[in-house]
Amino acid sequence: MSGNIEPILMPKWGLAMEEGMLVEWQVEEGDAIEKGQEIADIETTKITNAFESPLTGQLRRFVTMDGETVPVGFLLAVCAAEDVDDAEIDGFVRDFKDNFVLDEAAAGAAEPETVEIEPGQSIRYMAIGSDDSEPILFVHGFGGGFDNWMLNQEALSEDFRTYAIDLPGHGGSTKQVGDGELATLTDMLHSFMSVMKIERAHLVGHSMGGGIALDLATRYPSQVASLSLIAPVGFGPDINMEYIDGFITQTRARKLRAVIELLVDDPTGISPDMIEEIIKYKRLDGVGPALELLRDKIMPSGQQAAELKDRLEDLVAPTQIIWGRNDRIIPASHADGLPDRFKIQIYDDTGHMPHMERANEVNALISAIAKS
Amino acid sequence: MSVKSYRQALNEAIYQEMERDERVVVMGEDIAGGMGAPGEDDAWGGVLGVTKGLMPKFGRDRVLDTPISESAFIGCAAGAAATGLRPVAELMFVDFMGVCFDQIFNQAAKFRYMFGGKAVTPLVIRTMYGAGFRAASQHSQCLYPLFTHIPGLKVALPSNAYEAKGLMTQAIRDDDPVVIFEHKAMYDEEMEVPDEAYGIPFGEANVTREGDDVTLVAFGRMVNLANDAADSLKASGITCTVVDPRTTSPLDTETILETVSETGRLVVIDEAHPRCNMATDVSALVSQEIFSDLKAPVKMVTAPHCPVPFSPALEDLYIPSTAKIEAAVREVLGKGH
Amino acid sequence: MQLNRDDLKEAYRRMCLIREFEDKVHDEFAAGNIPGFVHLYAGEEASAVGVCMHLEDRDAIASTHRGHGHCIAKGCDAEGMMSEIYGKKDGLCGGKGGSMHIADLSKGMLGANGIVGGGPPLICGAALTAKTLKTGGVAIAFLGDGASNQGTTLESYNLAKIWNLPAIFVVEDNGYAESTASAWSVAGTQTKRAEGFGMPGVEVDGHDFFAVWEVAREAIERARNGEGPSLIHVKLNRYYGHFEGDAITYKGEGEIDKIKATKDCLNLFKQRVVETSLLESDELSEIEGSVKSYIDQCAATAMSGSTPTEADLMTDVYLKY
Repeated sequence: MSGNIEPILMPKWGLAMEEGMLVEWQVEEGDAIEKGQEIADIETTKITNAFESPLTGQLRRFVTMDGETVPVGFLLAVCAAEDVDDAEIDGFVRDFKDNFVLDEAAAGAAEPETVEIEPGQSIRYMAIGSDDSEPILFVHGFGGGFDNWMLNQEALSEDFRTYAIDLPGHGGSTKQVGDGELATLTDMLHSFMSVMKIERAHLVGHSMGGGIALDLATRYPSQVASLSLIAPVGFGPDINMEYIDGFITQTRARKLRAVIELLVDDPTGISPDMIEEIIKYKRLDGVGPALELLRDKIMPSGQQAAELKDRLEDLVAPTQIIWGRNDRIIPASHADGLPDRFKIQIYDDTGHMPHMERANEVNALISAIAKS
Repeated sequence: MSVKSYRQALNEAIYQEMERDERVVVMGEDIAGGMGAPGEDDAWGGVLGVTKGLMPKFGRDRVLDTPISESAFIGCAAGAAATGLRPVAELMFVDFMGVCFDQIFNQAAKFRYMFGGKAVTPLVIRTMYGAGFRAASQHSQCLYPLFTHIPGLKVALPSNAYEAKGLMTQAIRDDDPVVIFEHKAMYDEEMEVPDEAYGIPFGEANVTREGDDVTLVAFGRMVNLANDAADSLKASGITCTVVDPRTTSPLDTETILETVSETGRLVVIDEAHPRCNMATDVSALVSQEIFSDLKAPVKMVTAPHCPVPFSPALEDLYIPSTAKIEAAVREVLGKGH
Repeated sequence: MQLNRDDLKEAYRRMCLIREFEDKVHDEFAAGNIPGFVHLYAGEEASAVGVCMHLEDRDAIASTHRGHGHCIAKGCDAEGMMSEIYGKKDGLCGGKGGSMHIADLSKGMLGANGIVGGGPPLICGAALTAKTLKTGGVAIAFLGDGASNQGTTLESYNLAKIWNLPAIFVVEDNGYAESTASAWSVAGTQTKRAEGFGMPGVEVDGHDFFAVWEVAREAIERARNGEGPSLIHVKLNRYYGHFEGDAITYKGEGEIDKIKATKDCLNLFKQRVVETSLLESDELSEIEGSVKSYIDQCAATAMSGSTPTEADLMTDVYLKY
């Protein structure tokens, strides 16, 4: 393979992604592109999202065209320097296609694993990235799962050992949530770190997971290298119970969809498959009671129970707070008036899921604080 | 989550419920197999292996091989359900209802009403249905419309492995008598199915495709044909909504009416014979409730009004096909499609 | 096991209750106060009571279209039964079952049954429950000579035997399946049939409470001890028609009168206990009197009870739909 021809491949966003559709190229053949630049929109069965270039170079050839669906790991485009002639690129593309094998290795598939934190209580997690790298631990919010980080984990795994877990009561983890208090979930997360021998990690927590991450950082300061809190709980009383209750009670796709749409600013990216997966998760034995208990403890009588803002004073780890201006679950105004020493990033035209809606930018922020 | 066949999914549902609740027992002809015979125990695990492995785990007291005596053991299951067990009885082929229907529709189905709401009959009858096995007229029928007709019974038709596990689990947990129809041509079909137990509520249809032009309401195995037809029609720029009602009793009329209102066109696909089947039932529902929303007459794709033939050449003509569904969709869309 | 004085009084009370109940229903039906159709058990009382005197609530019975006697013998509330037969809301089944479907599962009464031969398979199920959950209970199918020819019944004998169920089949042979003589319709004999299935079968005079009580005791004891099913062929007579309104043209001249005069089960019982000084004649008269006034009261309550309304039509079809 020529050293100065570089492929751009169909990314893998999340466990379930096997193929993606290139909706539209955002650049032209011949353009110079930069690493991190949004170069195309890609649609998976779950989500439609901007695809950011993994490299810097000159985009010489589109191989996958607008509207085409190809497997994960397949060639989307070829970058090469000016002096590489077209015949060489033709050869590269031909070789790629001839040698392309549709298998899990090509798709870079990682499988989630489970580990017992207590006898009979297992936690499912996805680990990607080299063991030698510093760990990042992603903690999702109420009703979420490790797959919420589909646009972040893979990208950050280049430089970090990344762990995304299913919290107790969620996904493939135990449906036992103890007394349902936030601090209990923190204990369980800490147990996970102990069992996994993660001595110190960069914590990224979203919503309820943000509260858990912050709680853990103040209780075990030496184990947290940095803290990225995305639309976290604990910064004010407000929470949209229409969302929480709707998430728990709606069993039909169409009605649940209206609830899930509250999460994001632009709901067009939410696919039927994403809704179906949530419904399937909610049907699992034990999920309903677990979610109800978490709701009753973490947001009793329609308000957030945790008051964690004061804890920020005690934090030693570098900390950033990320919010969407149009968050309809927990208002971004909860980030108002925080001490100057924290980085506060509020995104316009963004809802409760900045790590999905602004994945590339959020990834850059996480990477930056973790490397600082 | 792991890949499981329709057969494995059903087996896992029964296994997990037997583990969870010691009142759950299974019974049927050759349900373990080899009873009283000199050879292997658990020789069959049901005629097509759905209950294989249950007997070694739960023992002969809870996995009961029966004689070929449907009247006795289906009635026995009804009586056991009314007195405290939660039996899962296998009526090997639904065609055999002919010899035990009394126990189902006059006894189990009516206890609750006749006894003024004082009876609880948590009975599950598993039964195999459908054509495509070259099994001829007495081993290939659908017959779920007959059961759907009876108040007091619930009727479920899982259309894939995920549905099979969830609907079977729900059926076993349900306190009313449920007849669950397993299509014999689907036992080897595989897909991702959660390892954990879960139930799928009855009476909630699954919208498997969303489209603008035509609503396809399909039952049991026909859901997969309808999905294929919808996917294939996409290439012609025709988009279909596909509704899998999951249960014919209760029937999710709300989702059917809502989706037909949206598209204004309905094709109902039912493997049962065309008279008094689910297709006529849904057609009547739609014409009675939302006639003014219809842009075209309703079209039914069903088996013909003849017994299921044996010869492969004839049976292939008998079963509704994707091509017939596509043709029906084009027909309701009118000229130019 | 012996019958003590209290047992005997209770047995007599139940038999009188059945007779009084059926006579009252007969009169009330004739007066046009009872809808539908009813099948009366008068004359057969010793069978139901002779068997059910051995039973507790954990034991189950299934009955027939001629079910009032079994219900009363198993402890169902006669007032609730009467209201049910009148189609009233306070009936044992809310007026939704009627004469042919009276049931009280809390008493182990699995229902009268409108389908001839409907009960035996159900009783296999009740026996399976008792065996599986180790309740110590037994299950008894009352069936008629007509039902004895149904496949369900013969299949149930087989199933009960091969599964070694604590089940007992009580064939109440009153000589007629509707209008057809059992002497003609039943091939072979009931006890030989039992023998063919490898279970004990015994014939007993159903007019004799003590004889029925004794054979039932043996069969029930076997079942409780895990020794499997039995059959009891009870030969008896019904005093009324197949259903009320039946002119009984198929029976012989004076056939019923002769039975009443010579083999009435209540009279036989009374003679036996008085002659052997087990009970005083006064005690029996007192029972008869109190039963009569109780049944009068049941009928009055049923007559004045409220009828179900449209709100009741669609309830109790399912637990949840």
